[in-house]
Amino acid sequence: MRKQFKMEDLDCANCAAKMEEAIRKIDGVSYVSISFMAQKMVIEADDARFDDIMKQAAKAVKKVDRNCEVLL
Amino acid sequence: MTKKQKKTLLRILIAALLLAAVAVTVHFVPMPQWAKLLLFVLPYLAVGHPVLYDAAHNIVRGNVFDEKFLMTLATMGAFFVGEYPEATFVMLFFEVGELFESIAVGKSRRSVAALTELCADTARLVENGQTREVSPEEVAVGMHILVQPGERIPLDGIVTEGTASLDTAALTGESLPRSVSPDDAVLSGCICTDGVLTVRVTKPYEESTVARILELVENAGIHKAKSEKFITRFAKYYTPCVVAGALLLGIVPPLFSGSTGDWSVWSEWISRAMVFLVISCPCALVISVPLSFFGGIGGASAKGILVKGSDHLEHLSMCSTVVFDKTGTLTNGTFSVKDIRPCDGITQETLLRTAASAESRSNHPLAKAVCAAAATYETPETVHEQAGLGVTATIGGKTVAVGSRRLMEQNAISVTEENDAAAAVYVAQDGKYMGSIVLSDTVKPDAAQAIAALRKHGVRRICMLTGDREQAAAEVAAELGIDEVYASLLPEDKVRIACKLRDECKKGEKLAFVGDGINDAPVLTCADVGIAMGAFGSDAAIEAADVVLMNDRPTDIAAAMAVSVKTKRIVKQNIVFALGVKFAVLLLSAVGIAGMGIGIFADVGVCVLAVCNAMRTQYGRF
Repeated sequence: MRKQFKMEDLDCANCAAKMEEAIRKIDGVSYVSISFMAQKMVIEADDARFDDIMKQAAKAVKKVDRNCEVLL
Repeated sequence: MTKKQKKTLLRILIAALLLAAVAVTVHFVPMPQWAKLLLFVLPYLAVGHPVLYDAAHNIVRGNVFDEKFLMTLATMGAFFVGEYPEATFVMLFFEVGELFESIAVGKSRRSVAALTELCADTARLVENGQTREVSPEEVAVGMHILVQPGERIPLDGIVTEGTASLDTAALTGESLPRSVSPDDAVLSGCICTDGVLTVRVTKPYEESTVARILELVENAGIHKAKSEKFITRFAKYYTPCVVAGALLLGIVPPLFSGSTGDWSVWSEWISRAMVFLVISCPCALVISVPLSFFGGIGGASAKGILVKGSDHLEHLSMCSTVVFDKTGTLTNGTFSVKDIRPCDGITQETLLRTAASAESRSNHPLAKAVCAAAATYETPETVHEQAGLGVTATIGGKTVAVGSRRLMEQNAISVTEENDAAAAVYVAQDGKYMGSIVLSDTVKPDAAQAIAALRKHGVRRICMLTGDREQAAAEVAAELGIDEVYASLLPEDKVRIACKLRDECKKGEKLAFVGDGINDAPVLTCADVGIAMGAFGSDAAIEAADVVLMNDRPTDIAAAMAVSVKTKRIVKQNIVFALGVKFAVLLLSAVGIAGMGIGIFADVGVCVLAVCNAMRTQYGRF
C-alpha cells in the first residue's frame, strides 16, 4: 500500500534525509520519500502491517527531530 | 513571519543586546576570569537554550551527528579554552542562520502555495431557485452552482446559463481572457471577470482541475533529482568525517608536540578543532538543492508549465532528442484551405462558393474548412451526403458534387488534373468538372519558433511521429525544419519507434516526447521525459506525462528547458560554492589561520548565500 502523509514542523533538510534513511531500514517498508519542501512523506509498505509500520516510522521521525510530527 | 519565527527573532535581539553590553562591560571593568565567564554565559543561554535542550535530548537518543549537538559541543569547547565572546557569537549566528533558513523556506513554500489561492473557499450552490454558500467539497456532480463576477470558479463543470469572460491566467499564465457561453466547459481556478454563470458540476472537488494541479506541484518534491540524492548521500559521510577530523585535530598534534603538559598548546589545537565542528553541519548544501528545484518547479508552474518532479526538471535540459506527435501538437488538428485550383474559365471565388454552398450542411472537417474560407454561400435545396465520399446537392436547380476523387469517378466525371496534395476536395457542377480545393492541417503559429528554440538549447535530433499520410507529414516537416519523419504509424508503432530513438541517445542524454496527451499516453510513459500539450483539463495526460504544458504552446517546451538549465546551474553553483568554502576554511583552520569567526561564516554565511541563490530559481524570465 502506498500512502501519503503530511508532516508538521519539518525544519531541516538534512533531518528529512536522516528520517528517510531511518524509515527505509524499517522492516516491511519498500519505498519512502520525504519531501522537505512540501512537508510530505510518501511511504509504501506491507499492507498487513501498515499501521504498525507507520507507528515505527513516526517514532523514527521523532528520534531525529523531536519537534516534527507525522500526521497519521 | 510565523509566531515561532518571531519568538526566535526576539531571542536573538535580546541576546545580541546582552552580548554587546557584556562585551563593553568586560572591556572597561577589570574583573577575574570566572566573572567574565559568568557574564558571557548570560547571552549564550539567552539565545541558545533551545539548542542546548534539543542537543541534550538528541545525545540521549544517540544522535551524535546532530547539528545542534555539534554546535553545542563546539561552543562549549570554545568556552573551555577561554574564547567566551567567540562562543557566544557562534551560538548567536547559528540561530540567525536557522531563522533565515526557516523564513526563506517558508517564503518559497508560500510562493508555490500561491497556487493554492486558485481554490475558491466557497461555492454558491443553487437549490430550488435559491443559492447558499457551501464548501466546494460538499458539492456533488450534477448540482448547479452560481459564479458571480470577480469570483473563482470552484469546481469543473459545464455552463448552463449566462456568458462571461474567464481569466485563466492562474492556471495557464495566459493573459488573454477566454469567453464562455452555455454548453462550454469551464475549469476550476479560472476567474469569472464579468457576467454571471450557472455551472453544472461535472467533477467532485478532489478530481477538479485545481485540486489535481495543486497536488501535482506540491508532490513534485517527492521525485528527487539525482543531484539531491547525491548531496544527501554526501552529507551522510561529510559530518562524521569532519567530526572525526576535529577529534584528531584536538588530540593528536598536542600529544606529539613534545609539550604535552603545556596547556596553551592544548588550548590552541582544541580551538582549531572547534572550528571544524562549527563547519561540520552540511545544512547549506542539503537545503539549497531541494529549495532550488522547488523554486524552479514553482516558477515554471506560474507560467502554465507543470513539472511533476525534480528529476524531470533535471532531465529536461539533458534532452538531445525531441520527438513530436504531429496532429494537435505541432498542428492545430483543424484544416484550412491552402490552394484553390479552378479549371479554365472559372474564378477561384466561384469555385469556393459553389463548394461551400454544397457543403454548408456537412459536419465533415474538410467541409467545415471550405465553408470557413468562403465569404458567402447559398443555401442548397437538397443535400445528399455519402460518408467517406462527399456531398451531392442541388443549388439553384444545378446539381453540384463535392468530395473525393472517388465521388467524381462514381459520377463519371473526369478529373482533368493530377493532384498529390494530402487533402483535397473536387468540385463538379452538372456533370462538368470545375476544379479542386487543396486543404491542409494548419501548423501552430509558434511551432517553427519552438523548433528553432529547441535547437538553440542543444537539441540535435528532432523527429515527428504521426498516423497521418507521408505526404501530409512531409509537408509539415519541411515547413518546420524537422529532421526525421515517421508517417502512417499505428499507436503501437509510435511506442516502438520512440523506444528505438531513446535507445539511440548517448549515455547521459535523454529523449523527450511531446504529445497532445489524449491518445499518446503509452508513448508519454516510455519516453525519458513525457511532455503533454493541450492538456488543459485532460486527466489522461496529467496522469501519464512528466511535464504538462497547460497552454498548448510548443514554445513552452523550450521555456521549460530554460527553467531546467537555470535551476541546474544554480544547484551546481551552490554545491561548488558551499563545498569550496567549507573545504577551504577547514584547511585554513587546521593550520590555524581561520578562527571561529570565519568558521561561522563558512557555516551560516554560506547557508544564507546558498539559500538566497536557490530562491532565484522561482523568479526571472525564462
